[in-house]
Amino acid sequence: MMYPFSYHRARTLDEARAYFEGGEDAAYLSGGHSLLPTMKNRLAAPDRLVHLAAIPELRGITRAGDRLSIGAAETHAAVAASPEVRGAIPALAALAGSIGDPQVRHRGTIGGSLANNDPAADYPAAALALDAVIETSERAISADNFFQGMFTTALDEGEIITRVTFTVPDSAGYAKMRNPASRYALAASFVARRPGGVRLAITGAGNNGVFRWSEAEAALATRFERGALAGLALDPGDMMSDMHADARYRAHLCAVASAEAVGHQGKLTLL
Amino acid sequence: MSQSEIAITVNGTERRAEVEDRLLLVDFLREHLGLTGTHVGCDTSQCGACTVILDGQAVKSCTVLAVMAEGAEIRTIEGLAEGESLHPMQEAFCTHHALQCGFCTPGMIMAAVNLVDRHGPDVDAETVRHQLEGNLCRCTGYHNIVKAVLAAAGAQRTPAE
Ligand SMILES: Cc1cc2nc3c(=O)[nH]c(=O)nc-3n(C[C@H](O)[C@H](O)[C@H](O)COP(=O)(O)OP(=O)(O)OC[C@H]3O[C@@H](n4cnc5c(N)ncnc54)[C@H](O)[C@@H]3O)c2cc1C
Ligand code: FES
Ligand code: FES
Repeated sequence: MMYPFSYHRARTLDEARAYFEGGEDAAYLSGGHSLLPTMKNRLAAPDRLVHLAAIPELRGITRAGDRLSIGAAETHAAVAASPEVRGAIPALAALAGSIGDPQVRHRGTIGGSLANNDPAADYPAAALALDAVIETSERAISADNFFQGMFTTALDEGEIITRVTFTVPDSAGYAKMRNPASRYALAASFVARRPGGVRLAITGAGNNGVFRWSEAEAALATRFERGALAGLALDPGDMMSDMHADARYRAHLCAVASAEAVGHQGKLTLL
Repeated sequence: MSQSEIAITVNGTERRAEVEDRLLLVDFLREHLGLTGTHVGCDTSQCGACTVILDGQAVKSCTVLAVMAEGAEIRTIEGLAEGESLHPMQEAFCTHHALQCGFCTPGMIMAAVNLVDRHGPDVDAETVRHQLEGNLCRCTGYHNIVKAVLAAAGAQRTPAE
C-alpha cells in the first residue's frame, strides 16, 4: 500500500499553487499513470497530491495558423483522436495513439508525460523535433531548454505546465522499436521537416534522455531522403545499455528508426 | 490519516463512502463494495485484470485513486449480466473457450466491451488485438479471445429476434 497522503482537487491555477505550497513535499497529479505506479512501489512518498485535471486552462486542443496548442491535461487518447491534431500533424496523433495501451491512453496526459521526462517516453521526442513551446503557470520554455536529462526538466518547484504549443511542420514522421514487455520505446526517432530545416529527436536510447541528432539533421537538410543518413552513426558511449538492448544495438536502432521516419513521413512506423 | 467523502455510481447505483485518500479504486470496489470480480494481477499497471469502465472509458482501476473517481460512473464485470442472462460478450467468451483459469477474464471482458463500443460491430481482428494490448492472459494465447470478441461484436450487427 502507498504511504499516506492527502488529496486535493484544484479548480484554478492559483488554487493548485496554494495547495502545493501548503504541503511539506507536495506533488501534482495529472493522469497518475507514472506517479501512482511509482508511489505504489513506495519509490515516491509525497505528503499531498494536487490533482490538476479540473483546471480549465489545462484543457482543449486548438489550432491557429501554424501553431497547434494542446492543454496539459489532455489525455493521450484525446490527442490521438483529435481532428485538429490529425489534420495538422498526423504523426503526432499516431504517436499519442501508440503510447502504452488503451487503458493507459484513457488516463495519461501530455503534460504529465513532459513533466516526467522519462528517457523512454514518446512525447519528449515530438516536443523536441517540433520545436514545441512548453507554457507554464510562470513562463514559456522552448523544448530545447526544457529537457535537461533523464527525469529532469527546467520546471521549478511548484511550476505547472498549462499547455504545449507545437509548430506545424511541412511533414513529420515517427518510428520506434518498442520494448515488447513494457511497451515503452527501446529507441525511437521523430523527424520533422520544416521551412528552416530538419529537426530530428531520439528517445528511448540516450543515456541522458531525449536528444537531437544534429549530424543527421544537417545531412537531411541538404538531402531529405533516407540515403542521406548512410554512414552516420551515434556513439554507443552515449547510449543506455540494459538487459533489453545493449548500447551498440540501441545506436543501430536509432539509425534504422531515423531512416524509417524519413521514409515514412506523415505516419508512425513500428519497427 | 486523510479521508474524503466520495460519491461514485457503480453499476447504476450511487455509492457514498468516507475513504482514505490513498485508497485505490480497485480496493474501493473489492473491499468496500464487495465487488470482487475486478481482479488485481500485478503491481506495475500492466496486466489489465483490474479493468473497469469509467465514464465510458476502459481504465486500470489499480492506477486510479477512489477519490479521483468522485462523481464518475463505473461499470464492473458484475454490472454486465441482466439477471440470469449473461451479456453477449460473456456468452461469447464461454462459447469460444476464451478462458482457461479465468483470472484475466473480467478485465479482458470489460476491455472488450469498451473496445466494441468505441470501434463498432464491424471491428476487425487486428484492431481487436491492438486494443487488447493492455490485458495480459497467461493461459489462452489470445486466439480464442479475439474470436470471442469478434463474435460478440458481430452479434450486435444482427441482433437476435
Ligand atoms: C503500463 C504503462 C505503459 C506505459 N507506456 C508508455 C509508453 O509506451 N510511452 C510513454 O511515453 N509513456 C508510457 N507510459 C506512461 C504514461 O504515458 C503516463 O501517462 C505519462 O508518462 C505521465 O502522464 P500522467 O498524466 O499520467 O502523469 P502523472 O503520473 O500524474 O504525473 C507524472 C509526473 O508529472 C508531474 N506533473 C503532472 N502534470 C503536471 C503539470 N501539468 N505540470 C507540472 N508537473 C506535472 C507529476 O507531479 C509527476 O511528477 C506508460 C504507463 C503505464 C502505466
Ligand atoms: S492489477 Fe495489473 S494492471 Fe491493474
Ligand atoms: S485465462 Fe488464465 S490468465 Fe487468461
